[in-house]
Amino acid sequence: MSVVSAQGLSLTYPGNIEALKNVDLSIEAGEFVSFIGPSGCGKTTLLRVVADLEQPTGGTVLVTGQTPEQARQARAYGYVFQQPGLLPWRTVEGNIFLPLALMGQKRGEAAGRIADVLKMVELDGFGSKFPWQLSGGMQQRASIARALAFDAELLLMDEPFGALDEIVRDRLNEQLLELWRATQKTVLFVTHSIPEAVFLSTKIAVMSPRPGRISKIIDNPLPADRPLDVRETTAFLDVAAEVRAALREGMDE
Amino acid sequence: MIRWLSQTVVPVVTILVALVAIWYAAAIPMNSARTYMMAPDDAEIPFSELVTDTWSQKKPQLPLPHQIVAEVKKQATFSWIWKEKRRGYKRSLIYHTWVTLSSTLLGFALGLVLGVSLSLAIVYSRVMDLSVMPWVITSQTIPIIAIAPMIIVLMAPLGFTGLMPKGVISMYLSYFPIVIGMTKGLRSSDPILEDQMKTWSATAFQTFWLLRLPSALPFLFPAMKIGLAAALVGAVVAELPSGARAGLGARLLVFSYRSETIPMWANLIAAAILAGLLVVSFSLLERALNRRLGFRNAAEASS
Repeated sequence: MSVVSAQGLSLTYPGNIEALKNVDLSIEAGEFVSFIGPSGCGKTTLLRVVADLEQPTGGTVLVTGQTPEQARQARAYGYVFQQPGLLPWRTVEGNIFLPLALMGQKRGEAAGRIADVLKMVELDGFGSKFPWQLSGGMQQRASIARALAFDAELLLMDEPFGALDEIVRDRLNEQLLELWRATQKTVLFVTHSIPEAVFLSTKIAVMSPRPGRISKIIDNPLPADRPLDVRETTAFLDVAAEVRAALREGMDE
Repeated sequence: MIRWLSQTVVPVVTILVALVAIWYAAAIPMNSARTYMMAPDDAEIPFSELVTDTWSQKKPQLPLPHQIVAEVKKQATFSWIWKEKRRGYKRSLIYHTWVTLSSTLLGFALGLVLGVSLSLAIVYSRVMDLSVMPWVITSQTIPIIAIAPMIIVLMAPLGFTGLMPKGVISMYLSYFPIVIGMTKGLRSSDPILEDQMKTWSATAFQTFWLLRLPSALPFLFPAMKIGLAAALVGAVVAELPSGARAGLGARLLVFSYRSETIPMWANLIAAAILAGLLVVSFSLLERALNRRLGFRNAAEASS
């Protein structure tokens, strides 16, 4: 059974702006799918539809076999936004505890889980800091730890590293890949960086604008075990070239 | 220490001394009319005599700092609080300050409850937003001095006299900044955080309690400070038409009838000190809360 599936999914905003048109998609458990495309191609909108933050105007979409609304109410996914979105008046631990508290957990019960996810993103020892005491990269890691806290099988990430510099971004990409391999979660990842998409994904969905649609889905043949220097191999560069060609084609249509 | 002295203490003291000097200088021409009036016609008054007279009149146009300080000292005695009366009026400045403070605090508390409830209604109901907000703004275009007697007259048949009508008049001024600040604050939460709460299926109350209310506090506190000062103005004004015999406003009225300028100024100073103390103690509370909430400083809190 697919974790996320969509048939003929469309979303038209008032004023006849077609953010998404006829999107067909099927994502299996354990896949890491990147959505790449120029601004205005609807990649963020697609993620928000899956998360039930936007309502489609046509077609069907199923998330873990349920409607997006049911999936959201069942807390079937964790969502990481482009900005860390940490509450400034709560410590890192307090922020990670927040979704758990909404699910009715007590602070004592959650302590072990909070320590675990902090370790996963290499932030152990920073739990009692406030967000403003952390760097941008650390804040984003805290945000990822929070999305992992309630152990949903699906992770939706909307350009989570878009605002970070390249050095930090490389390190976080590596960590995310390790995390994905360790947890076997299904990840939907929005980006506009070709190397990032090729480095992380099992599948790359290339999107094009006006109307927003998926123009090509590229299977990534790279092995699951990818050190950072995989990016200098010919195999990697071939996939990147294929993505770039698909992006250009999508624009020309 | 020396840095602190030269960069903070010295400039502040210099400005204070300059202000007092201007005050004393200005008193000479302002109070001299009375000196000439009391002197025989075309008498020559030497400058030194003019200075001594203008600085020591009983009912000067402009009372001088040393006269006001002496008057405050004389009136601010605890022994008079419950005992001594003169022409039916209690004389202790501390007693009258307390009377005004009590209606200020009542008015502020009522204003806070009304202001916060209205802003909740405005933020959570579109109908209330469209129907209430214009009236809130209109209410402040009516001078308080015009509405105060009506409030007293309307409340008397309902059995409310004394403190309650004064509190309501004070509330009328203090609720306004609180509605405006709190409404802005409740609408200030980051859209990403709102979305984030939605992805966790937070209930409306959870979103309010965990996100919107804390986001509103940096807006609410400055609004409360303005509301507190406005409540004091309202409390003083409320004493004017109510026939009150106690309170700083009532005393101001009595002294102004008798042209007793020195006690008037003593009352004004008492009101200013009261306002200062209220706002300062409130700032301390705000700072403690900000620290508790982990904000680095006020700038952080308002960002």
